[in-house]
Amino acid sequence: MEVRVQNIRKEFSRFPALNDVSLDIRSGELIALLGPSGSGKTTLLRLIAGLESPTEGTVYFGNEDASRKTVQERNIGFVFQHYALFRHMTVLDNVSFGLTIRPASRRPSKADIRKRALELLDLVQLSGLEKRYPAQLSGGQRQRVALARAMAVEPNVLLLDEPFGALDAQVRKELRRWLREIHDRTGHTTVFVTHDQDEALELADRVVVMSKGQIEQIGTPDEIYDTPNSPFVFGFIGQSNILPVRVENGQLWLDDRSIGVSAPGEADGPAQLYFRPHDVELLDGCGGCIAGIVVQTRRVAGTRHVELDVGGANTTVEIELPPEKATSDRSRLAFRPTRWKLFRD
Amino acid sequence: MAHDGTASPTGTGNTELVRVATSEHRLARYGLIAAALTFVGLFLVLPLAAVFTEAMRNGPGEFLTVLSDPETFAAIKLTLLVAGIAVPLNLVFGIAAAWAIAKFEFKGKAFLTTLIDLPFSVSPVISGLVFVLLFGSHSLLAPWLQSHGVQILFAVPGIVLATVFVTFPFVARELIPLMQEQGTSDEEAALSLGASGWQTFWHVTLPNIKWGLLYGVLLCNARAMGEFGAVSVVSGHIRGLTNTMPLQVEILYNEYNFVAAFAVATLLALLALVTLVLKSLLEMKYSAQIAASRRH
Repeated sequence: MEVRVQNIRKEFSRFPALNDVSLDIRSGELIALLGPSGSGKTTLLRLIAGLESPTEGTVYFGNEDASRKTVQERNIGFVFQHYALFRHMTVLDNVSFGLTIRPASRRPSKADIRKRALELLDLVQLSGLEKRYPAQLSGGQRQRVALARAMAVEPNVLLLDEPFGALDAQVRKELRRWLREIHDRTGHTTVFVTHDQDEALELADRVVVMSKGQIEQIGTPDEIYDTPNSPFVFGFIGQSNILPVRVENGQLWLDDRSIGVSAPGEADGPAQLYFRPHDVELLDGCGGCIAGIVVQTRRVAGTRHVELDVGGANTTVEIELPPEKATSDRSRLAFRPTRWKLFRD
Repeated sequence: MAHDGTASPTGTGNTELVRVATSEHRLARYGLIAAALTFVGLFLVLPLAAVFTEAMRNGPGEFLTVLSDPETFAAIKLTLLVAGIAVPLNLVFGIAAAWAIAKFEFKGKAFLTTLIDLPFSVSPVISGLVFVLLFGSHSLLAPWLQSHGVQILFAVPGIVLATVFVTFPFVARELIPLMQEQGTSDEEAALSLGASGWQTFWHVTLPNIKWGLLYGVLLCNARAMGEFGAVSVVSGHIRGLTNTMPLQVEILYNEYNFVAAFAVATLLALLALVTLVLKSLLEMKYSAQIAASRRH
């Protein structure tokens, strides 16, 4: 189901947690709310669920105003960060819970409930564990029980709060791929919250980057990574270097030398140059380049990370080079960013 | 010490050293243990043994005879009745208070928490006096009570009120930390799955707290049956009518009827022992449950 959030504002005892947030979630979409802690992403998720009510603004489910509906009436599936499985119930009872508590008029028969729960356990690859208790499961298994439980009620929208936050790196990666598969197979409109950019970029159809209670940028993973629209998004997503530069006649200057990058149409004056460590080309001579002295090199998997002191106010940048390009400390390197963006204060 | 196998002799020597270094001299150790045991013996075991031997002084026959005395029998019945009313009431109050404090944020929460502890910090005699001031013949309520023929002081309602007041904190105090520790996400999960408030309480909250609840009820019951001070003030000591077991013990003792006094005391002591055993059993279960809830 399509979910629209319109001009939502949420205050917790006078402290604004969300400020004029609007977001359209398309039906069947897998969307990530990404941001540092305190950015308001979990609050937004809980507002969609109906676990919090907005100070101002509206949440639409389809064309219906859901803002005044209770969490029960919204029919959502919520997966909590620490799963919140019912510890005194078996896995099967946990998954069946949403169906067994329905009023008799809407409740499927016992056999149907059991069948549905077993199907879901099969979907999340937990067949055979239905008689276990949550305490007898690993973290990843609990996670999947929580997901099956949320899906059992045929929710309008599936909401996941840091779904992989409490798992170790290996399990995390596996579950990430697996969640994508489940989503593609079931087609639930899904929103998940994460502070892990890799998770958001790998998994989501669209990523919503949030900071300080506001949405910074909404876009596909490619858009977010390649064309960040604010210094925050540039700095938050991926690695980035920031250099204080000066624009003069459409040319960029670092201290007293031109760096050989032209920015046509940019007004003169100071600016911040943002570029990624891997978006650089090495130069032999330096007729317009950024030159620096190697401070440190580190080999990280398939690349070599080189930290350069580019002079001036002790500014260092990090660039990535192919591993066969060996550099010794204190040697000089000249390079030029191939993709970059200018931001002004 | 784990660097190679040949070092094992020095290894054991070192552990010996460590043990010696962290432990007192043998004399000091045995001395302290002996002191502790003497203390326990003198102040706990000896009085308990005295209660039982005094009660059985003239043989089990007389023990049973004094217990079947109509006034004593009435005291036992009254104690059971009072506990039977006070404990369920405090069970409900306790859950309600703990639920409010642990699961919601509101103004005056700290004040409410302190208020719940009030009966613990006030002398039971004062608790009793409060009710005398409230319902006594000189109180503001007295004319109304008299014209409607309601007798609260020196009657069962007063005893029940005093007992409820004194035993109020037990259940709530037991549940608040437990519920706070468990947080609200289980309840939120149930609500998000469509459960009503009542269903959430019944299927999720209550099972999560059941052992802690039983434990609180047990302590509450022990105190309700054993309460002396507050009940003594409001009861009026009317024989066969408003005497509970602890009051009956005092009366019999003051009349030099030692065997009867100790016989009733035996029952109270047995109640204490049974409570202790149940409490230990629950603690074993309960700690496993706490551990399980932490693993989540």
